[in-house]
Order: sequence, then structure tokens, then C-alpha cells
Amino acid sequence: MAAPADARPQVAPAGPKSGAPRRKGNSAALLLIAPSIVFMTLLFGWPMVSGFLQAFGGPEGLTTANFTRMSQDPYFWSSVGNTLLLIVVMIPIQFVLALAMALLIRAKPRGASAYFYIWAIPLAVSDLAAGLVWLTVFTDRGYLNSLLASVGLQPVAWLAYDNYPSMFGAVLIAEVWRATSLVFVIVVAGLQSIPKDYEEAAGVFGASFWNRLWHVTLPLLRPSLQTALILRTILAFQTFAVALALTGQNFPLVVGETYRWYTGLQDPNVASALALVVMAVSMVTAVGYLKLLRDQSEAPQ
Amino acid sequence: MSHATTSKAAEPAAGHEPEVDRRPLARQRRNRVLLQVACILITLFMALPIYLIALAAMSSRQSLQKFPLSFIPDNFSTETMQTFLQSTGILGGLINSVQVGVFTLVLSLIIGVPAGYAVARFAFRGRDPYQLFLLFTRALPIVVLSVPLAQLFLQTGLYDTVPAVVLLHTALALPTTILITASVFLGVPRDVEEAARIFGCSPLQAFLKVVLPMAVPGIAAASIFTFVMSWNEVLGASILTLNQRTLPAQVLSSLAESPLAYRFAGGFLLVLPALIFIFFMRRYLTNMWGSTIR
Repeated sequence: MAAPADARPQVAPAGPKSGAPRRKGNSAALLLIAPSIVFMTLLFGWPMVSGFLQAFGGPEGLTTANFTRMSQDPYFWSSVGNTLLLIVVMIPIQFVLALAMALLIRAKPRGASAYFYIWAIPLAVSDLAAGLVWLTVFTDRGYLNSLLASVGLQPVAWLAYDNYPSMFGAVLIAEVWRATSLVFVIVVAGLQSIPKDYEEAAGVFGASFWNRLWHVTLPLLRPSLQTALILRTILAFQTFAVALALTGQNFPLVVGETYRWYTGLQDPNVASALALVVMAVSMVTAVGYLKLLRDQSEAPQ
Repeated sequence: MSHATTSKAAEPAAGHEPEVDRRPLARQRRNRVLLQVACILITLFMALPIYLIALAAMSSRQSLQKFPLSFIPDNFSTETMQTFLQSTGILGGLINSVQVGVFTLVLSLIIGVPAGYAVARFAFRGRDPYQLFLLFTRALPIVVLSVPLAQLFLQTGLYDTVPAVVLLHTALALPTTILITASVFLGVPRDVEEAARIFGCSPLQAFLKVVLPMAVPGIAAASIFTFVMSWNEVLGASILTLNQRTLPAQVLSSLAESPLAYRFAGGFLLVLPALIFIFFMRRYLTNMWGSTIR
């Protein structure tokens, strides 16, 4: 359980100074990592280059026609808008909920391990499966409308194309359900690494719960929260099957559009152009990720 | 809990003094109740949808047509699941999914475990760039790789085969496998390895006989994680295959024209492994995400 956390302080100083003789270590290590480098370069490097060429490729040489076609498609801008709106609304909800869940678990309620298990289950559920799970709830003759009907209320067409707020709400709830577990697990791990003394000390000096949370726990949790934030943002750009399972084409998302251009419209060039857009946005986020990472690993030492 | 019992134990000692302030105790009891209520509400939100899809998948087609739907399992039936399993491409998709998952797991362990060991044990030149390279690849969206890989696989005759999906999934899983196994090996004390060397083991023997057995539980957790990732991945698998689809890819591609009962049964079959995976992984979850993701 505590192995990596305990090992870290021991190993960090052992890294560059002591350890195996340097030359021997170099060649042995390079031998061990070589297969992974070769594999990753072939499977990541080549597709990236060829995807780039494909996105700008046309019948006669390089062209930006694919990007023009992409941006003139009526679904494109609504898919961009939907993706951004989903991220902006979803991430704050996820973080508040995950933080609350982690604090509840830390308070050690009776049956904490059962709660932890159930709350972590969606971590292993795909976005397609999550969409289908919530389809049973939101579909016209589904469980939510059954509940409404049984208390005498009028059923609502939650997923109808002309009912944007409820369609958005359904996708949002399904995504919050699926992806909050990831943030929750990262925050629980972060809380475990914070010594309880700080909070107890603050408690002794009379700080209220909210004061302790705001001035003690949250600042100490910052590294975990940053990690979770950037990971979730990158992953959120890739969401598409939730919306596809719930609403069909009525709530387009950017990656879903790539899928549609490739499989439905059979145009790999425009699909590549869309993929490049997704990559550009993810890379900007990833650069932020690496920057924060560097700050993080330097700060504690 | 411990606070409550200690204050109770203190009571008899102070028993004869008439004015015992019971308000803190009452407040504490109220907080415990509120805590349980909050936990139960969140559990309902997390578990109820899974109960409902299980209920829908285990109902007959007729009872799914009724409205309002019943919330209690009154007419259990395997008809919906059977129809789903017998529809075109589902059984094949299930077999493909398991094959892809197992081969992905094996391939990513073969390539990933040595690399993880190197990251954990050697201070080689280029270790930091290598780790940054791994983190960089983690951030690449699947869709960026799938479309060009599909073109490459079409040219090489690998398109629409299990190995094609295995290659993509291994590429996606490898960074995580390496980072997790590295943190697992960090947890195995260097001393035991050195002791084995002093008693005459070769480096390989020391690794196989001493280090590896201690690392197996953590590596097993990493493998389960790889399998889950492969089981859940749908976009790349749909783009790289046409007839040899994995289960999620098959469900996704027939989504538009399939009846609701088919979708419910498919959703349930996709969720089912999650219950088992998380059950076995729950002790490792915080470790894996807490220490390796950074």
C-alpha cells in the first residue's frame, strides 16, 4: 500500500549520486528502454507525420482545402461549441464533487471501503458504455419518464434534438458520472500524502472546517488537483461516444465529427484535418501539463 | 469514531459532577449522521444507473415495451441478452475484444517492464527526456494516431485484423505501463537485490528470483489496467477494423439502426467487467493514480 510513497524519499537521493557505475548503467539501461523507444517512435512518430501530410494533402500537392471543407461543415462549429461548453461546465462540477467525495471517505464513515469501491466503478466504464447506461434513464420511455409518470407528471422528451438544455444536461450528467471517479481517486491519493498534523494543529488553534479546508488542505492538495485538472481537460477533448450513444448526431462533439468524416463520409483527409485540430488543442494543454509538472517536482525538494 | 469512544469513556469518571456539557457529543452524533446521509446519496448516484441498466438488460422485450417501466425485477428474463449475443458480429466481437486485450497486455508487458525497471534503477543519461517523451505521448489523442495508422495498415495488409488493434492499443498503454512498473520497482528495496548479488546471483538471476516476485502484485495491477483500457477503447478500434471489430466498436457502429433492447444489453455487457476489475484493483487504485500519474 505505502510502498511507492515510502520509497520515494530513499530513491530520489540514490538516483544520480550513488547507484550503479555510470557507464555500465548507461548501456544496460539503454538496452532495456530501446524496444520501447523503437516501438513508440514507429507507432507515434510515423502516424503524426503522415497525418500531417494527409490533412494538407489533396489531388495536386499541398492544400488547405481540407480545412476549408472542415470549417464549412454545418456540424463543425456546433461540435466545437458543444465540446468547449461541456468542458467548461463539467470540470468545476467534477472537482467539487470529487473533493467532497474524497473528504467524506477521509472522515472514515462506516462502510468506507464499500463506498470507495462503488464510487470507483465508473473509472473502468468507457464513455460509450456510460452513454448507454444513461440512455436507459433518459430515453423517451426510460426510467426517468417512468418515475415522472408514476407520480402523475407529464413525460419529457429529454433527448429530442429541439430540446438543447435537457440534451446537454443528459450528456453532462453521464460524463460527470463516468469521469468524476478519476478525479476522486487522484484526490484521495493526494489526501493520503498530507500529514494529518497540519489540519489538527489548525483545529487546535480554532480554525473552522471551511477555514481548514481553504487555508490548509486545498493548498497542500494543489499538486494533485493540477494533475487531475490537466489530465481531465485533455481526456475531455476526446469525449464523443457518450453523446453519440445518448443523442445520435444531435449533439456533435469534435472527435465524434472525426469519426463521422472517416467512417460515414469516407474522407480521411478532412478526418485528419479535424484530428490535427484536436491534437493542437491537446498539445497546448499538454505543454501546460509539463510546465506544471516541472514546478511540482522542484517545489518539494 | 475514536473521539466518540474516548469521550464516552471519560463520562463515568466525571459522573458525579452534575453539569456535563453534552452539546459537543450531540453535535458529533449529528455530524456522523450527516456524513452517512451524504455517502448514501453519492452511492445512489453512482450505483443506481448500473442497477437500472442491469434491470433493463435482464427484462424481456415485452416488459421493456411497457410504460411506465417497473423499478423492481418482477419478470427476470435472459431473452434480451440472448438476442443481443446472437446478433451478427457480437460473439465475434467479444472474442476479438478478449484477444486484443490479452495480446495488448502481453506485448505492453514485454516492452514495458524492462523499460520500467531501467527508469527505476539506473540513473542513465537521457532519463528525464525519456520520461518527458512518455508523458508527451500520453497526451496525444487516439484519433490523431488512428486515421494515419488505418492508411498504413491498408497498405501493409494489416487493416481489419486483431494485430492492427493490438499495435494501436499497446502504443496507447505503453507509457502508463512503463510509469506504473517504474513506481512498482521503486518500491522494491535496492538492498534485497544487492544481497542476492553478494550471495552469487547474476544480475538477471537477482532480477528474476528476488525483484520480480516482489513486484508481481503491482505489475498485475498495471496489467489489469491495460486490459481495461483496451476493453474500453472504441474510436481507434472502429477506425482500424471493418469486419473484425471489437465488442465496443461493433456496438458503436450498429448504434444508429439498433433497437433499444440491443443497446441496453450491449451497455450492460460493456459495464460488467468494470465491476470485477475495480473489485480486484481497489487496493491499488490510489497508489497507481497517486504516485505514477505525475
